[in-house]
Amino acid sequence: MSIAFGNPDRPNSYIGKTVPRPNARKLVQGRGRYVDDIVLPRMVHVAFVRSPFAHARITGIEAEAAKGVKGVLRVFTGADLAEVCTPWVGVLAHLKGLKSPPQHALAVDRAAWVGEPVVAVVATSRAAAEDGAALVEVDYDPLPVVTDTMTALDADTPVLHPDLGDNLAFRRLHEEGDVAAAMASAHKVISARFRTARHTGVTPEPRSILVDWSPADGQMTAYHATQAPHMIQTVLAAHLDLPESRVRVICGDVGGSYGIKVHVYPDEVATAAIAKVMGRPVKFIADRLESFSTDIHARDHEIEAKIAVDAEGRILAMDVDDWTGIGPYSVYPRTSAIEGNQVVNLCGGPYDFANYRARTTVVFQNKTPTCQYRAVGHPIAVAITEGLVDMAAAALGMDPVEIRRRNMYADDAYPVTSPAKMRFEGLSHHASMDKLMEMMDYDALRADQAEARKRGKHRGIGIASFIELTNPSPFMYGIGGARISAQDGCTVRMDPDGSIVALSGVTEQGQGTEAMLSQVVAEGVGVLPSSVRVITGDTQVTPYGGGTWASRGAGIGGEAALQAARALRQSILEVAAAMLQADAGALDIRDGQVVTAETGEQRLPLEELGRIVYFRGDTLPKGLPRELVQTRHFITMDYPFAFTNGVQASYLEVDTDTGVVTLLNHWCVEDCGRVINPQLVDEQIRGGIVQGLGGALYEEIHYDSEGQLLNGSMADYLVPMAAEMPDMQIGHVETPTKESELGAKGAGEAGTAGAPAAVMNAINDALRPLGAQVTEMPFTPERILRALGTIQD
Amino acid sequence: MTQTFRDRVDVSLTVNGEPVEARVPVGQHLIDFLRTDLGLTGAHASCEHGVCGACTLRVDGQAVRGCLMLAAQADGAEIWTVEGLTDTGTIRDLQDAFVARNALQCGFCTPGMLVAAEELLEAGTLPSRAEIREHLSGNYCRCTGYEAIVDVVESVARARAGKAQA
Repeated sequence: MSIAFGNPDRPNSYIGKTVPRPNARKLVQGRGRYVDDIVLPRMVHVAFVRSPFAHARITGIEAEAAKGVKGVLRVFTGADLAEVCTPWVGVLAHLKGLKSPPQHALAVDRAAWVGEPVVAVVATSRAAAEDGAALVEVDYDPLPVVTDTMTALDADTPVLHPDLGDNLAFRRLHEEGDVAAAMASAHKVISARFRTARHTGVTPEPRSILVDWSPADGQMTAYHATQAPHMIQTVLAAHLDLPESRVRVICGDVGGSYGIKVHVYPDEVATAAIAKVMGRPVKFIADRLESFSTDIHARDHEIEAKIAVDAEGRILAMDVDDWTGIGPYSVYPRTSAIEGNQVVNLCGGPYDFANYRARTTVVFQNKTPTCQYRAVGHPIAVAITEGLVDMAAAALGMDPVEIRRRNMYADDAYPVTSPAKMRFEGLSHHASMDKLMEMMDYDALRADQAEARKRGKHRGIGIASFIELTNPSPFMYGIGGARISAQDGCTVRMDPDGSIVALSGVTEQGQGTEAMLSQVVAEGVGVLPSSVRVITGDTQVTPYGGGTWASRGAGIGGEAALQAARALRQSILEVAAAMLQADAGALDIRDGQVVTAETGEQRLPLEELGRIVYFRGDTLPKGLPRELVQTRHFITMDYPFAFTNGVQASYLEVDTDTGVVTLLNHWCVEDCGRVINPQLVDEQIRGGIVQGLGGALYEEIHYDSEGQLLNGSMADYLVPMAAEMPDMQIGHVETPTKESELGAKGAGEAGTAGAPAAVMNAINDALRPLGAQVTEMPFTPERILRALGTIQD
Repeated sequence: MTQTFRDRVDVSLTVNGEPVEARVPVGQHLIDFLRTDLGLTGAHASCEHGVCGACTLRVDGQAVRGCLMLAAQADGAEIWTVEGLTDTGTIRDLQDAFVARNALQCGFCTPGMLVAAEELLEAGTLPSRAEIREHLSGNYCRCTGYEAIVDVVESVARARAGKAQA
């Protein structure tokens, strides 16, 4: 029996409704339990001595003074930990040619970025550990530094890892059709150079881990702020020589992740190694400078790109040359080549065109390693694509909405395969654009813009269509050899009181996973969402799963939960049928009561069924199955990814005297398939948009030519705050995926994917009459004034 | 150990309405004292520069950064954390509205955000959305994009004004 999603009045209709998050109340009361809130008996703290040089040979470590600090218990060097912890290499087989050297938990012999951990100091308090760390003397011989991406492969640039031969980590060229011929015959060819700045996630809760090793039962327990508990379990076991079954990763409340907490960090593995050596709990909580210098960075790309159009505005070809610098190591185990690879996969995404060439070049350098951060590669690809489309429209004197309508895949064209060889099951670009036009009242806004222009106010409208990759299959990581599960599972059980417990392999990072699971399970079984207790983030009790990344929680984890819940419902009805001497097919479960399906007449409360099954099983027929625990797993098979689509618009004003941009309004229409919880989806989109707006206007990690990080504090690295952010209007089109009964695709990254391009296009729409254009993010007052010619030096 | 953590000083204060006497290192921040010595983990240490507001507490009636004040400076102070404000019911309407509007995601900034919002609400005015945004502009939230939080403060201000008139 399938769920009648078309009927909002169906029984137990919780899928598609806003239901409260079960875990929100404890958080507003300050009763969450983040890793730093946990205190264990005999717990000690570790602080790290980090490299002050971007590249240097370590020639000596003197730690006697540190050991003399009251409270300091042990000091570990890279050589010490290398005896108990094997190094790792961040490559994936399907990213052909990707190379990276072995990386240790603590630097051995050589440090390769400012902030790389070199020595660990363990003490009875964090303060004592930091005091000890300050007294450790490390002798360094500085080595030549590589910082610039574009010259990293030049013959006179030093090679960072001589064993690897050159500074090229990965290169991929994708060619479809005949780009050169299309460019040669085009009505117009527009070229531009784009730059996206180096960002980091700035999670409110810094990276946090507390690892306990019990020598008595040979068990490691890691309390970890992570998005992928099972992946971390595998990694700790593999590198600390433990059976996977003896490593338990517990992920309680997490104070923001956004992709930052899905990677393997050397200081976190070091913490686990130290716990194993010392046989007691060791806690590491990054401080804010450590966050800026050691959390993964992202988005540091420079791009030359071209678009060719005919006289009617049809896109004939796109040509993209993307370069990115990833630091000295490809990050383990997801690798640092995925972002550039995504740029190749996603450019031109909404559009039906034939000739496409894209190349990404991924180079090593002496900066903090980069890796996957919310909307991986999307903001870059969308900025390139939508920037070029707007420039083409301007060159043709065509409205930016019109040029998009002429090129977007028709809503009835699916399934289609893009020139980047991405397969789209079903998207809704035109319906989404229509809805956006209606929501923003495009014509009225254009009139307002013209009227403002008369008053000397420079306002702009920017549009950005986009696609978003969600619900990944093993094609993302598994086929490359990484032990990262694309499948996810859910166990649903009924307890004697008739309440339901759901254990899921996807995790809660604040996005509302547990609410989503509670309502899916509630509808699947036939109980109130408040009767469902959701347990996530514990490798010892939940089914094995991938966790939270690539917008997979609802689409993959939600489907597993639905199938498990439906199976439990069937088990309950079999028992109920025996108890009531009825046909199971004629019964239903509604609001926690077994009822006659046709009339809704209440026949048996679940708590009575639970009482009989658990305590008076003797009264049931011998041999009657009474399995009130059911587990189901789900994996996508038909498509490597479930793509979603959407379109954003920004309305803003540029002060041409100061270069300051004021955001006036922002819209997003998004198609994530079946919407399970409208409020949660809207708030994911809003939060994602603001993260994208940060990249568009404020966020940029700065290094000097020696590889020194220049803005490692929240006072110096600007993030969006309440005063500068706009209200946002969110709309939906729903094209459910046919791969699952639930039909949900991901929604977590759409906001971040499209917002920077919308802002860029709006700024350029405002500046176009003045002959100015910006393509280098963030669009700071300085960059805008330079584009206007106001600043010239 | 540096001198600031070797030297200790006696402090006497009230925390969430209860008297507290302690001997604290002179270099210890108030937020660390509350979290590690008193087990009040509701307020969070995040940027430790006074920028993000995750450690915002109420000290003598004002919203104060717990990372910019030393425990030693709290001698004689009256301090309220989210735990105390919860137990007394002072901010129940605000908390209920945060949950109903989903004005929190990861929840890490929320205790500080609540204290900052309550400071504005206690002024008893009907702040505009721009004024709410300005007042909360020292409290960093990476998850929500702020709009839901602004909605909540606006609605609670209206509800309280309605009650005051009734």
